[in-house]
Amino acid sequence: MTDLVTPDSATGTAAPAPPRRPPAARPWITWFARRIGLAVLTLWLCSMLVFFATAALGDPVRAILGRDYGTSPERVAALEAQLHLDQPVISRYFAWLGGLLTGDLGNSVANGLPVGELVGGRIVNSAVLVIVAAIVMIPVAFGIAMLSAAHRGRRTDGVIQLVMITLAGLPEFVVGILLVALFSTTVLHVLPAVTIAGGGAPPWSAPGSMVLPVLTLVIAVAPYVARIVRASLLEVLDSDYVELARLKGVPERVVMRRHALLNAIVPGIQVIALQLAWLAGGIVIVEYLFSYPGIGASLVDSVRNSDFPVVQVLAMVIAAVYVGVNLVADVLSILFTPRARTAITS
Amino acid sequence: MTTTTEAGCVLSDLRVALTGSDVDVVDEISIELRPGEVVGLVGESGSGKTTAGTALLGYARHGAVIERGTLLFEGQDVLALPWERVREIRGRKIAYVPQDPGAALNPAIRIGRQIVELLELHGIGTPAERLDGARAGLREVGLPDDDEFLARYPHQLSGGQVQRVALAMAFLPRPKVLVLDEPTTGLDVTTQGMVLRTMAALCRSYRVAALYVTHDLAVVANIADRVAVMYAGRIIELGSRERMFSQPAHPYTRALLDAIPHLGHARALTGIPGSTPGPGRRPSGCRFHDRCEYVQDRCAQVDPPDVEVGPDHAAKCVRIGEIGHWDIDRGNVADTDPAKKRDIILTVEDLRVSYGRKEVVHGVGFDVGKAEVVALVGESGSGKTTISRCVGGLHAQWSGELTFEGRPLGKGSRARSVEDRKRIQYIFQNPYLSLNPRRTIAQIVARPMELFGIAKGKAARDRVVELLDAVALGPGVLELRTDRLSGGERQRVAIARALAAEPDLLVCDEITSALDVSVQGSIVALLEELRQTRGISMLFVTHDLALVRSIAARVQVLHAGAVVESGFVVEVLDSPQQEYTKRLIGNSPTVG
Amino acid sequence: MILTTKRIGRQRRLAAGLVITAVVALIAIVGPWLAPYGETEIVGKPFTMEGGWLGTDYLGQDVWSRVLAGGGPILVTAVAATAFGMVLGIVIGVVAAYAGGWLDEAIMRLNDVALAFPQILLALLVLTAVDQPAAWMIVLLVGVSHAPRVARVARGVALGIVSRDYVHSAEALGESRLRVLAAEVLPNMSAPLLAEAGLRLTYSIGMVAGIGFLGFAANPGAADWGQMINENRLALLVQPWGVLAPVLVIGVFTVGTNLMADGIAQLSGRGE
Repeated sequence: MTDLVTPDSATGTAAPAPPRRPPAARPWITWFARRIGLAVLTLWLCSMLVFFATAALGDPVRAILGRDYGTSPERVAALEAQLHLDQPVISRYFAWLGGLLTGDLGNSVANGLPVGELVGGRIVNSAVLVIVAAIVMIPVAFGIAMLSAAHRGRRTDGVIQLVMITLAGLPEFVVGILLVALFSTTVLHVLPAVTIAGGGAPPWSAPGSMVLPVLTLVIAVAPYVARIVRASLLEVLDSDYVELARLKGVPERVVMRRHALLNAIVPGIQVIALQLAWLAGGIVIVEYLFSYPGIGASLVDSVRNSDFPVVQVLAMVIAAVYVGVNLVADVLSILFTPRARTAITS
Repeated sequence: MTTTTEAGCVLSDLRVALTGSDVDVVDEISIELRPGEVVGLVGESGSGKTTAGTALLGYARHGAVIERGTLLFEGQDVLALPWERVREIRGRKIAYVPQDPGAALNPAIRIGRQIVELLELHGIGTPAERLDGARAGLREVGLPDDDEFLARYPHQLSGGQVQRVALAMAFLPRPKVLVLDEPTTGLDVTTQGMVLRTMAALCRSYRVAALYVTHDLAVVANIADRVAVMYAGRIIELGSRERMFSQPAHPYTRALLDAIPHLGHARALTGIPGSTPGPGRRPSGCRFHDRCEYVQDRCAQVDPPDVEVGPDHAAKCVRIGEIGHWDIDRGNVADTDPAKKRDIILTVEDLRVSYGRKEVVHGVGFDVGKAEVVALVGESGSGKTTISRCVGGLHAQWSGELTFEGRPLGKGSRARSVEDRKRIQYIFQNPYLSLNPRRTIAQIVARPMELFGIAKGKAARDRVVELLDAVALGPGVLELRTDRLSGGERQRVAIARALAAEPDLLVCDEITSALDVSVQGSIVALLEELRQTRGISMLFVTHDLALVRSIAARVQVLHAGAVVESGFVVEVLDSPQQEYTKRLIGNSPTVG
Repeated sequence: MILTTKRIGRQRRLAAGLVITAVVALIAIVGPWLAPYGETEIVGKPFTMEGGWLGTDYLGQDVWSRVLAGGGPILVTAVAATAFGMVLGIVIGVVAAYAGGWLDEAIMRLNDVALAFPQILLALLVLTAVDQPAAWMIVLLVGVSHAPRVARVARGVALGIVSRDYVHSAEALGESRLRVLAAEVLPNMSAPLLAEAGLRLTYSIGMVAGIGFLGFAANPGAADWGQMINENRLALLVQPWGVLAPVLVIGVFTVGTNLMADGIAQLSGRGE
């Protein structure tokens, strides 16, 4: 082969990108430390929001005692002492934050038991519910999205879109109650309407009772994920490099696999993260509806009883899940985006 | 003369239409591509040139379909082949280089891998040979072939490098036919020159039949052997390069040539009124008749056939032979005389601009005289737009001295007096972004008058009508929003808005670069008229040296944030002193 | 403008959404005058088919009458909360985008903190310390919980606009910042924000009803679709209509508003 152009002309228009070095650990550590730092900062601000929203906006003692507030001043005084209401709110906040960090979560106002004991098992139960829902939801949503994208603009796609929009609009309690009416009470009688694992046994020991809660969560979340994934698939399929791949003679199945999916992964990760965090909120209603022994049902009860210590801890748990999931999603997105990846090491 | 036995291809009577309608995107396209020859397919936006180009690969974009036509290639009709066979030919025998190579390379896959995959796909060689092939291909286009380069991602390459990777990928399977779709759009002239030379050399040494699709007549004048001019979905003239530029036969080709500036002499540019009609809005008969200066009644009725006007040269016009000869020099005018006395209104001294810690403009100084056009010319990254934004008050972080009529200018518009804000007006590059789509033309043009207390209510409205008339727009557009206007009309509105403030200095930032060349011609003519009748000075930012020759009296050649050379246009362009200026002039494609 | 009659007609989802939403809203508004019984009138034994065609509820009140009467509070609360959340969110988002720099960074960082909580949780947090929420409090809570999400969308849209040259042009002319925002930026955001408002209305209805469903309604005992579900939930097996009737109207309502939001989003996407 003949050299038609002198190679050195390339350096004349050299790209801003530096030559690729062996994977450098340091920039990654710095970057990761920054991300962790941001996550901790966010959580700290979250703790302020939680504390002041629960403890500083209303009158906790009045909320706890309800009608008894006016009639028994001695109970008011006792509660005020127990909650350290005589101290300024700032010092109460730091005392609470210190306890949170050292594992001393305080005691329930409603029954006096340590909060850690009350919520520990329930966190596990809720985690199981969310994870099972996610495991079912992700393949379903991606499958629907790919089916829809492959039939874009045709009848199949139109019907799927309409069903997805309809489902996406329904609040989760509407979905849940309709499912209960359909499968448990009114039409069929095949599945239990509430979680029936008694005697402290974990709810999954009666798998039948898990079906409806999981199904409700899946129906509440999958349409949204499917629509986002479909949109990003279509965007990639319309892009110039996919068009060029076709013009180069690449078979359509390889186009979808090598080119489209690879570039649609990142939006997929982002939307899954968003929805996992959203599931953490969805369980509040779903657990209450199905009397599932998780943190959601517990939260509703504690709010009703004005049980501050429990509400505060549960809110922090949910916020931590959100922050953690987002951190993981950010890291994964970076790993799957060459441009972002090389930006860190340069 | 269907010489299909030799490689190359013949496209005949192609028609591409919008799916499910009888609206054509292109129609009656016939063109022969011969081995070792580059055919330039030239057209303005909306002409259908890209559609015609990709049809050579048996491909139509989503929403369009190839309705009719044959493509004879190696003894068979590619357009009639089953889908699987077309795919085998694509890329391997008929290759394509896209418009925006950056967007066309998969961002998630390394360069080397993408090239090897291409060879794998066509089943060429063993794995070791493929890697060697990839390296050889990169060497051919003048790129490094080491492992480090192969492991880069597309975003780690410069625009010119990406374009050369795309070229290498197109040539690697040794195609017989190559379609290049404006592959140098967005590249600087030096890079563009390099890519064009590489492409032409590869085409000739491998005897590839190439179709070069572009809007740029000057590029075609430098690389093509034959030139086809498209208008509104049809090829209206086709001939050898020499004949097309010396004896164009079609009124559209002639008008197009009248609109382009030459590097060699100043010209009084003229535009073509109106704009190219898109699919579905094209007139009957000759599709150019509604904009043609030679139009007769029959032009609207008769679909003009191809008329042979010379050897290998045909045009679609019923009046050929009746409209006289054309001379490439007919628009030439004299350059501005360097001896002319100048009356300075703007002085820039030691202007420095930094983005963050990085200084991007290093102590630039120049001045602008009354009723004078000064051009700032340079490649991307030269700082020309940054300088113009400082003058226009859009950029506030700079140091140095800007003096306007003896008064120092503040940094940024909010630091300037009302008077200064009024008398210096800025016109933006892209008229699709510089006009608020939610306001009517009347509101847009009247606003500076209200703001500066020039006129109000009825008086303002009368002035708007006057100004629109001055920029050749009728009062019919007053109540329209910008989405109803073409690019050229929008830029006229932007100019009218600037004039509404009664400025003494217009800062024009590449204001014709987003427009078709025929529209650019009429905008340049308008600016020249405004300069003469209103005595307005202009700071004209551009990357196009040929345009500088036709519009400016003085020029500052910028490179990497510093003035390399400056002076009267005639001096700088005819006898450049600096190496950089010489290289820039040498790489600028030009007709004259 | 994006909402011309012709364009709505062409967008079938939007048309369907508008019709459904209008019908449910009409029921909620004129319902109280059509109700055969008073909303707290005892018409028979609890959980039987006495009274109107949907039977009685947990206290023996007429379910049909309570469905007709119970839409008003949800409609008013949801619309007010949406409006409040939209205005608050737009202000935050647009100011952040236009200001840029550290102010943008700080505002959006704080916004992220609010985003870390599911919307319903934000509302519940405050309800913990409140004995009995007032209706305005629900409006405020639901609205505030929308604001960070709206702010993110509004900032994204505004960022695409504040960098446009017509905004720069207005600034070069020396227009005041307020006028730049009001005349150049905001009018060009209307289409995506309208779509967002439709989406937020859907969520508002779900949240307001959800708060009632969890038993935190502003006005215990009064007819309210969300609260009705909670009151009659335990009798789903014996008298399903006490639960299913409000569930179905809420479902139809949110499906309608969501179709509407989706239609607007599609129109505005194509209009750009």
